[in-house]
Amino acid sequence: MSDRVELLLTLADDELILGWRNSEWTGIAPFLEEDVAFSSIAQNEIGHARALYELAARELGTDADALAFDRPLAEYRSAPLVELRRLEWARTIARHWLYETADAIRLDALKGSDDTELAGIAAKIDREEVYHRLHAEMWIDRLLASEEGRPRLDEALEELWPYALGVLDEDLRPKLVTRVETKLGRPLPAVEAVPRGRHEAELADLLEEMTSVRRSAPAGARW
Amino acid sequence: MPPVYEVFRRERAGAAMQHAGSIAAPDERFAEIYAREQYGRRGESEALWLVPREAVQELGEFVDEFDLKYRRVDGYSLKERLKEARALAGTSRREEPLKP
Repeated sequence: MSDRVELLLTLADDELILGWRNSEWTGIAPFLEEDVAFSSIAQNEIGHARALYELAARELGTDADALAFDRPLAEYRSAPLVELRRLEWARTIARHWLYETADAIRLDALKGSDDTELAGIAAKIDREEVYHRLHAEMWIDRLLASEEGRPRLDEALEELWPYALGVLDEDLRPKLVTRVETKLGRPLPAVEAVPRGRHEAELADLLEEMTSVRRSAPAGARW
Repeated sequence: MPPVYEVFRRERAGAAMQHAGSIAAPDERFAEIYAREQYGRRGESEALWLVPREAVQELGEFVDEFDLKYRRVDGYSLKERLKEARALAGTSRREEPLKP
């Protein structure tokens, strides 16, 4: 497998799994407007995953659905951050913000790539991610500004920060530290990143659910 | 309850803004994101106006004491006038219908 395909699958798996996790809020988000917005963001992430899988599929001689649904768990390259099942809003928002911040750094690097196709898709994805970041940041500002929100955010960050570092390759991590610390206005503890390559236990349940329709239909079924 | 924002949308360039609906949002940043997601994500809008409900001045009660029907958009009908004229003339119906 080429480095390029590995990179595409890494990005696609992150977007697919996070999109799935975020879509678990559909119907039960804290209020209606947020439900619509967060579901829409989830759909966007899955759309990005699809576009990335398609590029990888072309090189591998397969299709996007096969890459999204037919691989064994061990072959997914998603970061543990996106795999966590966190049905609690402050943690969900913290994860969303940490991921979007890390993703922006990764996309920025890709937009400068010599591979024009990669640079192009990164730019295209980033034009939608702008709104995801606005959404995440307004929530963070709101949590930071309230007596109730700040401790809940701090608690979520304590748990998730090592995971957030693991989204990026080591060379990009210092940028994430700077951006997150600047926003929070405080330093974060130096911790070991939770690396990509191992998976959270919750991923198995997610894959089981996500692939159930695909597995129930005979190969070649069309939707 | 969070403040309510009224959302107007324009379907395509040159078209008039039309009321799309309303959203509740704690502040303008939230309102902008929610309006975009609710009324813009399907390509159904070319532009949105976002207006805090308090900024909207509602007017009602349009007085028309003298029944100036000719000013109304649906015009005015001759029916009532004809009835009065017939009663005055003591006839129920003319041989030939009146040209309106």
